[in-house]
Amino acid sequence: MPHEGAVPVGWGGYLSRMNVALFVTCLADHYFADAAADAVRLLRHLGCDVTFPPGQTCCGQPAYNAGKSRDAMRMARHTMDVFADSEAVVLPSGSCATMVKKFYPRVVRGAAGAAGQAGAGARAAQASALADKTFDLAEFIHHRLGVTELGDGLAGRRVAVHQGCHALRELRLETELAVLLEGAGAEVVPWEAQDECCGFGGLFSVKMTDVSAAMADRKLETLPELDWVVSGDGGCMLHLDGRNRARGMGVEFVHLATALWRGVTGAHRPAGAR
Amino acid sequence: MRVEIRDYASRSREIIKEEPGVREAVTGATIAFDEKRRQGYSEIDADAWRRWAEGVKNHTLTHLDHYLTEAEARLEANGAQVHWASDATEAREIVTRLAKQHSVRSVVKGKSMATEEIDLNLALEDAGIEVFETDLGEYILQLLEEPPSHILGPAIHKSLQQVQRLFADRLGSAPDGDPDTLAEAARLVLRDAFIRADMGITGGNFLVAETGTVALIENEGNIRLTTSLPRVHVAVVGIEKLLPRMTDLAGFLQLTARAATGQPIGCFVSLVQGPAVHPDDDGPEEVHVVLVDNGRTDVLAHEHAWEALRCVRCGACLNACPVYRQTGGHAYGWVYSGPIGSVLDPGLLGLHEAMPLPFASSLCGACTDACPVRIPIPELLLHWREEAQEEGLTPWKERAALAGLASVATRPGLYRLAGRIGSRLGATGVARALPMLGEWARDRALPKPSRQTFRQLWREGIE
Repeated sequence: MPHEGAVPVGWGGYLSRMNVALFVTCLADHYFADAAADAVRLLRHLGCDVTFPPGQTCCGQPAYNAGKSRDAMRMARHTMDVFADSEAVVLPSGSCATMVKKFYPRVVRGAAGAAGQAGAGARAAQASALADKTFDLAEFIHHRLGVTELGDGLAGRRVAVHQGCHALRELRLETELAVLLEGAGAEVVPWEAQDECCGFGGLFSVKMTDVSAAMADRKLETLPELDWVVSGDGGCMLHLDGRNRARGMGVEFVHLATALWRGVTGAHRPAGAR
Repeated sequence: MRVEIRDYASRSREIIKEEPGVREAVTGATIAFDEKRRQGYSEIDADAWRRWAEGVKNHTLTHLDHYLTEAEARLEANGAQVHWASDATEAREIVTRLAKQHSVRSVVKGKSMATEEIDLNLALEDAGIEVFETDLGEYILQLLEEPPSHILGPAIHKSLQQVQRLFADRLGSAPDGDPDTLAEAARLVLRDAFIRADMGITGGNFLVAETGTVALIENEGNIRLTTSLPRVHVAVVGIEKLLPRMTDLAGFLQLTARAATGQPIGCFVSLVQGPAVHPDDDGPEEVHVVLVDNGRTDVLAHEHAWEALRCVRCGACLNACPVYRQTGGHAYGWVYSGPIGSVLDPGLLGLHEAMPLPFASSLCGACTDACPVRIPIPELLLHWREEAQEEGLTPWKERAALAGLASVATRPGLYRLAGRIGSRLGATGVARALPMLGEWARDRALPKPSRQTFRQLWREGIE
């Protein structure tokens, strides 16, 4: 139990432990459950009390990206209510964090414009309040907790970072993932396609499946010699790994939460375990 | 250019599977262009320039009626003649009529997307007029009878070897000629065309209202010749190309060149204000400016899409786009391809005609970061998607699935149950038989669900 007795390194830990609600997201719940658990361990280690509001569901991004804004609004309303009382909300997904942080206010504005409905002002205030207290995992550790040194458990690991587009271009997390991985002892190797979209895009990978697969191939074909590809976005990883396994390329994908937690503990759990 | 947008998915599949050279050539060239654009931006306070340019364009579009009238008056005062074309048919008729009036037998053209948009070459050729594209890339494509694949580099999808073979075949140049040799071979043909031409046709990068100036940016010198050698010059210009003042042009010439190629300014900038006045002057006897609407006022009236009219046709969004890089422009099925095409085409042609382009994007946002006039392309794509859903232009199964997701996701108990069933079922062969997931799974290994969901781990206690 590494978190027990561990000195909280975040400044929050010195004052009082910060309360963090984990918004696990659909994909992490079902496909990256161990990574989500590692995110909990990491946050506790850094001085946070983690809660898991049980009413949480899907952030609504699939509907938003498809142009089904009324459906997205229904899910946004639900999520805003679930996390109304949380002090801070952390997501192990840059894309879902962006949905809550950047797109909920837009969805609410759009719905208010369309319907001219009563209570639109209150919803807008709620969306903006939630946006202010919501963070992607890397963003939260780096900027909210102010932590960049995690340990040296990843010493000797060569990793490349796959930047999720929303984290990169909406949240402007340009160097944060690399800084944290280096702060966990890893060697982050340059990758010419690091900042390029992997071609997932949710519905895009289903509707334009050939273009989407070709985009994944460009990412995979340009990879340098490395141990892991690390990303903070499960969607990108499912898509890239799906293509990787279909082509038998043998690349290993590790979620950021798992990589950082191993940086803290140096634990030798097989990276492939989910 | 014929509109063949509907087949985007199958055409892109064909290009990726059957013409792998296209993906290789386009990816290589666009990454190089994008690098130059980044370098070009890094030498200036690009964000400040882009905000300024966005503001100038917004102001101009907001007062378009005023500036169009001013431009017309200035052009006429300069001795140029102004024609208004409400659609492509009118624009073709105006130019063909001018050609007939002047007994034109041979035309040289500078690269112009507007003339591609209105299908001008075909109309001229039908009227028995010989047309030479004089931009090297456009000339290559004219020989191949292919439409342009990129706003700036029309032959971006061709390899050096393909051009070597083509020129050896058609122009008798050395089969292993380097780019300079190939350009020289084209130059010999085109020089003759310039001397024989009775009419030069160009587009216009900008039209300055204050002075009645058509501004043209290029690197090859062919536009300079097109606008100065033949007796008659016709500029076909979209009505959104206006700028209020000459000082605005000074900024836009620099920003556009940096966005397009990273250059501080194009190698040639031609400022056309009117015909030669004195008998000893160089330049054409007549200058005609055809102002083309062709759907632009509809775009301007659209609540969201009007922002796409800021576009200066630099091609930076195409160069930055990982979707465009896989296929080049031909997959998109019309003259404006890539990110800007996907937001502009639905406005110019009507959404129904432009489906499924609003969905031909992963919404990665690289386009918007590159755009010199900050067009919020992902947001506009989402607005078009919303309209497509409302008008029932998407598959009903997709709409039903998303409505279903919303109903499930607002009921936590049901959501938990559906999630468990869905992820387990998704890992079995069943997924491959499903309508949408089956497509996905054709080229990808199915995702493996975690042994236990996070909810289960949480319930059992995470240590």
